Amino acid sequence: MARYVARRIAIALLLVVGVTLVTFVLTNLVPGDAATANLGEQAANDPAIVAAYKAHYGLDQPLPAQYVTYLGNLLTGDLGESQLTKRPVATDLAAAVPATMEIAIGAIVLSVLIGVGLGTLAAVRRGRVIDQLLRIVSLVGISLPTFWVALVAFYVFYYQLDIAPGSGRLSPTADAPPGITGLYTLDALLTGNWATWLDACAHLMLPTLVLTAYCVGLLTRFTRSAVLEVLDADHVRAARAKGLPERVVLTRYVLRAALVPILTVTGLAFGSLLSGTVLVESVFAWPGLGAYAYEAASHLDLPGVMGVGLVVGIVYLVVNLVVDLLYGVIDPRVRVS
Amino acid sequence: MNKIATRRRRLPAAWRTPLALTGAVVAAAWIVIAVLGPLVWPHDPLAQDLPRLAAPGAGYPLGTDALGRDVLSRVLAGAQVTIPLALLLVGLSLLVGGLLGAVAGLFGRWADEAVMRFTDLVMAFPTTILAMVVAASLGASLLNAVLAALIVSWPSYARVIRGLVLGVRTAEFVLADRLLGFSTARILRSDVLPVVAGPMLVLASLDVGTATLLLSGLSFLGLGARPPTAEWGSMVAQAVVNFDSWWLGVFPGLAILTVVMAFNFLGDALRDALDPRTAGTIGEGGAL
Amino acid sequence: MTEARRTIAGTTVLEIADLRILGPGGREILRGIDLHLVAGRIQGLAGESGSGKTMTALASLGLLPTTLRASGSIRLLGDELLGMRARQWNQVRGRRIAMVFQDPSTSLHPMLSIGAQLTDHARIHLRIGRAEARDRAAGLLARVRVPDPEGALRRYPHQFSGGQRQRIAIACALMCEPEVLIADEPTTALDVTVQAGVLRLLRGLADELGLAVLLVTHDLGVMSAVADDVAVMRAGRVEESGERHQVFTAPRSDYTRALLAALPGSAEGVETLDDVRALVAQEQGKLA
Repeated sequence: MARYVARRIAIALLLVVGVTLVTFVLTNLVPGDAATANLGEQAANDPAIVAAYKAHYGLDQPLPAQYVTYLGNLLTGDLGESQLTKRPVATDLAAAVPATMEIAIGAIVLSVLIGVGLGTLAAVRRGRVIDQLLRIVSLVGISLPTFWVALVAFYVFYYQLDIAPGSGRLSPTADAPPGITGLYTLDALLTGNWATWLDACAHLMLPTLVLTAYCVGLLTRFTRSAVLEVLDADHVRAARAKGLPERVVLTRYVLRAALVPILTVTGLAFGSLLSGTVLVESVFAWPGLGAYAYEAASHLDLPGVMGVGLVVGIVYLVVNLVVDLLYGVIDPRVRVS
Repeated sequence: MNKIATRRRRLPAAWRTPLALTGAVVAAAWIVIAVLGPLVWPHDPLAQDLPRLAAPGAGYPLGTDALGRDVLSRVLAGAQVTIPLALLLVGLSLLVGGLLGAVAGLFGRWADEAVMRFTDLVMAFPTTILAMVVAASLGASLLNAVLAALIVSWPSYARVIRGLVLGVRTAEFVLADRLLGFSTARILRSDVLPVVAGPMLVLASLDVGTATLLLSGLSFLGLGARPPTAEWGSMVAQAVVNFDSWWLGVFPGLAILTVVMAFNFLGDALRDALDPRTAGTIGEGGAL
Repeated sequence: MTEARRTIAGTTVLEIADLRILGPGGREILRGIDLHLVAGRIQGLAGESGSGKTMTALASLGLLPTTLRASGSIRLLGDELLGMRARQWNQVRGRRIAMVFQDPSTSLHPMLSIGAQLTDHARIHLRIGRAEARDRAAGLLARVRVPDPEGALRRYPHQFSGGQRQRIAIACALMCEPEVLIADEPTTALDVTVQAGVLRLLRGLADELGLAVLLVTHDLGVMSAVADDVAVMRAGRVEESGERHQVFTAPRSDYTRALLAALPGSAEGVETLDDVRALVAQEQGKLA
């Protein structure tokens, strides 16, 4: 097992380097000068300023040297400066990540609980009405444009029905709980601040549910096919032949075997969740990675966009690493391969 | 021989499911709308001559936007932008991904390693995020959006085709053809293609929906279609500011939803038809 | 292991009378099977694939696919099994009738430890705790000659050889001291060198525990090695049944004769009683 873990971590580290390479290459893809893009029209017309800028940022060096500088900067936490906010990108992102994690984790947990449950139900009742219904519902789920669902949800539940707060993480009158983890709900719980906790949860609801909408469809479909594959397996029939109650056969034998593909999909679903935050957060004025990315993208703030790309890439890598490690926990055969 | 006959007999059954038929009809309708273009638009989608932000009513069944343009005409016109681009994107991804995957599968060794590491790198990022990063660095335009989307879409095709090719490569009939000295191109065409065609078709049809969502998502972010082009994603983006005029965002979004749903229904039915396990159960209990 | 529940040798434990199974569309799968299982004796059920022998075995455990309908009678020490509800079946399966399947590499769950798979049903059926169940399991593993029983409980199926896995499966079947053991092609998936050991094990268990064993197999060689009684099935009917010696030396039906003729080593066909005796002796010699 230890060897397996070590190998997966080594591969993950390699991929992290790969990710930095990708963002670096993309940074230098900009048609026209990086200097022009960053300095603005007027300053870029003065050769002296441009030359100074280039020397300062090492842009007159050959590309490989620039990459090394870039890597060095990354390791010290320097992601450049946002043209939009004029603040270091790293600082902006550090504040934004916990906000996104709050809704992302909530959404993935909900999606897994509901999706796996519904998918198993559909598989066990294959061909019956409930299965047909769930197939259609999940198909609709994965067809929904996330940004549209966000807008519709905002309009219906906030504007028309007024049953959910529409923007931000807390009501304007409330104070943020002391920043232990940055997750308002967790921090409020840890400091026993019930009112703030309730407020934070209420604000969480809508963005989290919108993010869940797409993922639930994905997880339901994949769980259904994963479970269907296993239901006919010999070991399931042998388990029934032992006289085990159907409930035990389902949870212990069927789901366990189906867990590997389900885990894979959960990793992928988290990836699409992260993508979803870009489309959702700005609608709800949720100050997370997604809103930051949205602002950066629509204003073509390249350092900001690259910063988000890098951070999200690394988060996604970590998630996939966790998934890989969990394979080792679930399936003993994997540990020796 | 038997298998081919069976498959032909089964395919019609797949089309008989209500779901597949609905998908086919809706997809066809949208394609017709895209093709007919100006013939079906009640107004000029770019003309700003109507009262602004008017709720749906006579003269403009889907309302008007902040610049006095007819929403219905813009929604219909959007089909001309999104659908051809989505189909183009899928076709290109299939081509690029398929070729690279086939190369990786057939030639093995370093070609395989190179292609696989490439796909690993691309797939290390969530799709929309990477597309966003690439599109932003290329500059905001519809063409660049398609390019960015292509870059993030080809890996999944490459992986699937590589797997299929690996499976076929050691098959006897391929070995025989190689011994006979057939060129790689010919082997690809006569041996590999038949094996690969079915799954590729399923993948592609299911991918049209994903492509549509990706492209409209990029436009929503301002990285695709530029104003005043009538594109569904950017229309929803403009609706965010005027969210109380619900018709601005609801209808373009519904257009996206129906197109994606239609192709997903079709793709699902196709997959059921071609999967030997579920093929026989089509039509059974198809009450819905 | 307690000896108290052993059935007295010689008692008829399982009585199958006029068992009929109908498939979808009224197709007859079993056309009236009569079979007796006696404690301490191994009843062989021979036949080619499609003869219905596996269906007979599955019916005795209520494991027939739901599309099939069974009628007739299956009595376990007087209790009628056919027509029982699921909950009642769960009290019989694994507890009074146990089954060993053909391929131990797929009938054992790859992700659960041996200990877990051996004890989970025993703990429910016998209402014993974890420690007691594990002790019992270790004892059974020792009896079926799996090395290092305590360590084996912690390991997983893929860490054992094919023959060992089948022994583990047999141990699992014995956990609750069933009255009947059904073995469906127990040696077919195993190496020839390992088959004899498993068969010897079955023979020993029947003798020592007074188990009534139903041995389903297409391999007459296996049959002649360990079965006490032999029933030959063909197209859903029992063609011939009786004591092994009698069926092998003086078969009454042409079909049985043909099957015997197909045994390896009988290239000329079974012409005389001497040939048959020689054949049987040969098979028995494999065990020695």
